[in-house]
Amino acid sequence: MSPRTGGAARTGQYAALVCYLVFLAFPFLWLISTAFKPARELGSLHPTWLPEDPTLDNFRQAFDEQPLLRAAANSLTAALCAALIAVVIATPMAYVMARHRGRLSTAATGWVVISQAFPFVLVIIPLFLVLKNLHLINSLWGLIMVYVVWSLPFALWMLAGYVRAVPPELEEAAAVDGAGKARILVSVTAPLLAPGIVATALFAFITAWNEFFFALVLLKTPEKQTLPVVLTHFLGAEGVADLGPLAAAAALATLPSLLLFAFIQKRITGGLTTGAVKH
Amino acid sequence: MTLTGVVAPQGRKHPPGGPPERRRRDGATWFLVLPALIPILLLSVGPLLYGIALAFTDAQSGRTRSTRWIGALNFQDLLHDTLFWDSFRIGLLWAVGVTVPQFVLALGLALLLNANLRMRWLARALAIIPWAMPEVVVGIMWRLVYNPDAGILNETVRDLGLGDGRDWLTGPATALPAVILVGIWAGMPQTTVALLAGLQNTPHELHEAAALDGAGAWRRFRTVTWPAIRPVALAISALNFIWNFNSFALVYVLTSGGPGGRTRLPMLFAYEEAFRYGQFGYAAAMGCVMVAVISVILAVFLAGRLGGGEDA
Repeated sequence: MSPRTGGAARTGQYAALVCYLVFLAFPFLWLISTAFKPARELGSLHPTWLPEDPTLDNFRQAFDEQPLLRAAANSLTAALCAALIAVVIATPMAYVMARHRGRLSTAATGWVVISQAFPFVLVIIPLFLVLKNLHLINSLWGLIMVYVVWSLPFALWMLAGYVRAVPPELEEAAAVDGAGKARILVSVTAPLLAPGIVATALFAFITAWNEFFFALVLLKTPEKQTLPVVLTHFLGAEGVADLGPLAAAAALATLPSLLLFAFIQKRITGGLTTGAVKH
Repeated sequence: MTLTGVVAPQGRKHPPGGPPERRRRDGATWFLVLPALIPILLLSVGPLLYGIALAFTDAQSGRTRSTRWIGALNFQDLLHDTLFWDSFRIGLLWAVGVTVPQFVLALGLALLLNANLRMRWLARALAIIPWAMPEVVVGIMWRLVYNPDAGILNETVRDLGLGDGRDWLTGPATALPAVILVGIWAGMPQTTVALLAGLQNTPHELHEAAALDGAGAWRRFRTVTWPAIRPVALAISALNFIWNFNSFALVYVLTSGGPGGRTRLPMLFAYEEAFRYGQFGYAAAMGCVMVAVISVILAVFLAGRLGGGEDA
């Protein structure tokens, strides 16, 4: 931080960093630890930090108690379809937003910002009514439609950033050679955008995989519900019923997004920081 | 978990000549825009306007009578609905209670990560966890931590000899602080990363010059670092405030709004009103009030901060 930080200050910095690490890590470690504890240890009044007798029973029980596989399949379908559709329709529009300054891109950017401020309840009630009339309540397709639109703001924003990073000279050269606009987009710009498109799609996937509110409102029967909704069934009506299976199921539900996020994290944070440094 | 505008990659700036001027909007442009524009209009802008319109009706679910236009009646009822204003107050408390400490903590972490410390990679790796986790899992995880018997928090309290511990999430006095702590934890990464990006934008030469002039750490922070990160700091704080005020899943899983409504955020209230009691029009009116008040608060906040100039 400073060119000459003293030894005491250094020590203080490390101490502070360790505090942060503990704060960030300990709830998560506790979740994992709980997931592997046998019922006997969970019932003990003096919980231990680590399971003394690790077991996989909780995972087995979790799958017995709730339709987790089905829920995971539903989540996977919804997130995959939503991410793909969102990226396919957002890329051309992001291109226009990045390359053309006009009322359209101003309006689109404005909408991206404003859409962050809606309380979702204001949108979900009309959506619920509309989807009900279309018989798309309790249907993954209805949810996918909502997810697509819901992920468009950040997809557009991210993709427009990636488009701006592509030198316009390349496109100009292609235009001089007589290529049409769509042609330029497909054969010149899109290949350069590919990593950005993948990152955006993965991000949209994670967001949809994690989403809860829309799924809670729109999906009624357990066969249709996504993983986050099914997880809440473990909670039971009165407080926590079964800590072990609950922890096991929760830990499993995190795994996909955690892995994907680790994969794209550099792109998200890296894109941001290099962009910031280059100004 | 959206983070539009904060963590989007920023492309290079255009060369001084500006972007290539294209022909005005033509067929091809519309062809590119429509696939996204139509869903946006049909499923986002449309429902939003419909939602505002619903606030002026007596719409209810599962009713055979047709919905009537009732003017501002819902809003008049809301004015006198003390439960709603209680939840509104709790929403503001929660939003401020999460946003402010989170900003301070995240700034501290960002400063540490920006310094040349050894465990940076570990901190970065750990910071992913809250960010990538589904909110429902974050809620479940903290319920395990807060669990009165088997939770690690009470065990730590007991180990430290601070008493028997308590039932954090169901105690009237502790419920709101307990969920606020979870909110702070959950949003730390986004805020930290945004601030870190701002910090890496700070010109190093200025820092060194200030240090040579004998400016202490605090002075350097005030005169060099803070002005550089101010725009990012304002943007992320404003967004965090909005997201927190509108948040739902975390508290739904942690307390469902209890005990006795002490953690019932406006979104939880509106959700119950709409989907448990079927009062669509009334719940839509709540949504409208939330938007209106948030807009006013943010306008005041941003106008004051941006226009205030040097106020550190």
